[in-house]
Amino acid sequence: MKKINLAIALGATCAGCDVAILDLNEKILEVFDLVDFKFWPTAMDFKIDDLKNLKDGEVDVGIYHGSIRTTEDAEIAKILRKKSKVVVAFGACANFGGIPSLANMPYEKSMFDVVYKDVPSMDNPEGTVPQTSITIKGTELTLPGIRKDADALDAVIDIDYYVPGCPPMVPLIEQVVEVLKVFASTGQLPPKGTVIADTKTLCEECGRTKPEEISFKDFISPQEVQEIDPDLCLIPQGIICMGPATRAGCDALCTKMNVGCRGCLGPTDKVKDHGLKMISALTSLLDVDVEEDMSEEELHKVVDKIPDPLGTFYRFTYGKSLIYNLHSEEEIK
Amino acid sequence: MSRVGVFVCHCGRNIAHTVDIEKVVEKIKDVDEVIHIESNMYMCSEPGQTVLKDAINKHNLDRVVVAACSKDMHEDTFRIATKEAGLNQYLTEMANIREQCSWVHEEKDKATEKTIRIIESTIEKVKRNQPLVPYQIPVTQKALVIGGGVAGIQAALDIADAGYEVVLVEKDSTIGGKMAQLAETFPTLDCSQCILTPKMVAVGRHPNISLLTNSEVENIDGYVGSFKVRINKKPRYVIEEKCTLCDDCVSVCPVIVHDEYNVGLTPRKAIYIAFPQAVPANYIIDPNTCLGIDPLICAKCKEVCEPRAIDFDMQPEIIEEEFGAIIVATGYTPYPIESIGEYGYGTIHDVISGLEFERILAANGPTQGVIRRPSDGKIPESVVFIHCAGSRDPAKHLEYCSKICCMYATKHALQYKHLVHDGTAINFYIDVRTAGKDYEEFYKRAAEEEGVIYIRGKVSELLQDGERILVRGVNTLTSEAVELHTDLVVLATGLLPSEGTKEISNILKLSCDNKGFVKEAHPKLKPVETAIAGVFVAGTASGPKDIPETVAQASGAAAKAETILSSDFMDRDPVIAEIDENTCGVCHTCIHVCPYGAIYYDEPLNKIVVREALCEGCGSCASACPSGSIELRNSTYESISASIKALLRSG
Repeated sequence: MKKINLAIALGATCAGCDVAILDLNEKILEVFDLVDFKFWPTAMDFKIDDLKNLKDGEVDVGIYHGSIRTTEDAEIAKILRKKSKVVVAFGACANFGGIPSLANMPYEKSMFDVVYKDVPSMDNPEGTVPQTSITIKGTELTLPGIRKDADALDAVIDIDYYVPGCPPMVPLIEQVVEVLKVFASTGQLPPKGTVIADTKTLCEECGRTKPEEISFKDFISPQEVQEIDPDLCLIPQGIICMGPATRAGCDALCTKMNVGCRGCLGPTDKVKDHGLKMISALTSLLDVDVEEDMSEEELHKVVDKIPDPLGTFYRFTYGKSLIYNLHSEEEIK
Repeated sequence: MSRVGVFVCHCGRNIAHTVDIEKVVEKIKDVDEVIHIESNMYMCSEPGQTVLKDAINKHNLDRVVVAACSKDMHEDTFRIATKEAGLNQYLTEMANIREQCSWVHEEKDKATEKTIRIIESTIEKVKRNQPLVPYQIPVTQKALVIGGGVAGIQAALDIADAGYEVVLVEKDSTIGGKMAQLAETFPTLDCSQCILTPKMVAVGRHPNISLLTNSEVENIDGYVGSFKVRINKKPRYVIEEKCTLCDDCVSVCPVIVHDEYNVGLTPRKAIYIAFPQAVPANYIIDPNTCLGIDPLICAKCKEVCEPRAIDFDMQPEIIEEEFGAIIVATGYTPYPIESIGEYGYGTIHDVISGLEFERILAANGPTQGVIRRPSDGKIPESVVFIHCAGSRDPAKHLEYCSKICCMYATKHALQYKHLVHDGTAINFYIDVRTAGKDYEEFYKRAAEEEGVIYIRGKVSELLQDGERILVRGVNTLTSEAVELHTDLVVLATGLLPSEGTKEISNILKLSCDNKGFVKEAHPKLKPVETAIAGVFVAGTASGPKDIPETVAQASGAAAKAETILSSDFMDRDPVIAEIDENTCGVCHTCIHVCPYGAIYYDEPLNKIVVREALCEGCGSCASACPSGSIELRNSTYESISASIKALLRSG
């Protein structure tokens, strides 16, 4: 059996995706039997030139994790695409833009001003912000540029397969290994565009019971709850859970721990805007006594209890949301 | 590639006045996949429909857009025309360029551009439509009428006379409702009981009517054609077949309570019959006040009952039956006059409600038809009737006009004058509303011929002044304060939805207006239909009405129910919700949002199921579904997005 040439490249990432691969434990040995690593700078001594020097198409499977934050991220992604027969977007950042894409919200101030000047913990009297180049003693030093927005991988290259998750959970990575095995032995691959995760939503595997009426009266934070019923669906308990809108495949890691699903596996195939769908579902379930009798302020009071609505509903998928597309299109104009 | 035909309607000047139809035709002609386009003065006319049918065949069209008025008006018209031309009727869509465009705009250029976009958007939708087939559901040929007032009685009789079985459910011990409590009816002054009781008797002995009194509907499942209904028939504690109506039990019963039939003006015993003409003619024990439900404490009635008709061990009976159609005739309740603080009801004995005065006027009432005031039994020398008591007062009470109060207050004044010839009757009114056949004449007769005094103005305060009542108010025609003394004050209160109306609306998930009355499917064109197929409404359950209107509605609702009952199967619109099991995670959101109870969780199969016959295709579930697994047939995400993109395209 011929070994598969594998490259794992990364963009704006916390490298949790790399750790997740190592979480395969003894199964990682099967991976080593199966593949030849052509590029994996997090785990081994690779430099970008090692990837550049490969022949086009020499890599059988190229895996990319992280979002496209810097000009360098985009460049690496393009090189990976060129060198790889198949490219896999790995993790929530590469799939949907992930947490870095939350910075795409149009703020009044620039991101650099917020991060390098306004943060209370910052001591920066000269107001220095990162530059792409600086000349010190006659020598020019350069840094990659920051793109205006942090995007999902498919904003810059064509993608063959998607493995969502923050990071992708071991059962999903095991599925990827199985795909690689079949590919190595038969040369067969799943249809392009396949998402390696469940097609249904988390409720399918969560196991909590649903009451007849799933409505709730008030949003509450888990820390406000005296005692969370470990068997009852979290939503009727008032705890925001993205589960109903989020793909299954994680084996309900969070809800098993009494924590509402954070939505890292993204929406189902049918949904374009993850957060919007969840907002529409939750507001339908919110059983405020008689909505039409409530004043605007009273309604606001209920909704204001949602902590950080953008971060709650779009924690991982803002880069793929309709509102982001809308304002980015406007900015282009 | 589709072959789309577009037909643009001028609607006379309605559309053509603000939309440049020629320009629209010119533009749409060049849209992709549009094979044929033409305009017509009136698309809905017979020639207009012929144009559509001919074009479908001549140009071999497989999709049709009719740009005209609202779907609510003519969708059926054009679907039928499409079907007659041999094309599946669900491949025709209407683009609303009248209500949503020409009627609401003035600038012709912009309205024309908007029309073009609306049509383009509809073309995008219709291209994605799939042919659908209406499906058939079986019909149980039996009707349920809820409420045994005059509306329920009339509806039950009409359906039974048409040859269908009817179950009439009434909460009280007898049918008859509020009308049985009235003395005489306006404008003819015929005795209410005398005209109602023949109908009550007819209900009692009609072979097609099963009468369930002292019974309540507890649950309704299912859908048009086969509603599954659970009825709780509460125990009467008197065996109907054995009771001989001898009345021996009543005299020995030691419990004395207020009599509801006489609005609390007389006492009754814990074992009683509501009134002599009650149907069914049977005694009943009121379990809330009777001591003998525990026979160790008291069993006096049982001891004297010769035919042994009393059974303290009688249990509630749960009846489960299936019905094809349901008529809701649950009626009204008068506005509680206790709420009108300034009129002192409860502290001033001689301030009474309209219904109490009805009982005082009635020949079978507490005073045998002699007008005596409650405090001391004297015949009042003057009576003040206050119109709109608690009505048309958005700040404090009901904001609406209850329609019948002007007339019944006028009737009260007239009847008082007939019984106390030299008495003084004064009516305080805001406006006298007499819209009904012979109503104005009736009012004129009272005011001009029989000496009833009408003062335009509101009474601000009633005070006890010795034995008399001090009435303070204002005459708004002369702008003078009015202060006078009277012996009796009758408040003409408005109508509220009854408790039963609220309960049934909850059970059936009927939509109600902000006052709590059942909402009609269309206020003008579908006055007895509700938003739920197969459920009809008659009488005051849908708002204040007089007796003629109530009876007419009851017959209307009966006729509507009969059209369902008359066939073994009925067609249902296939434009309903569909669940994609491939992505559905069974989160139950849709079950909660469905206003028709059409979605349920199938536990053995662990999946969510749409009851096709219950689904009205409203789309609430599709928009709430967090996994995007529910779509409405022919309104898929793809087709809606395509329509929106066409509407919002730039340029």
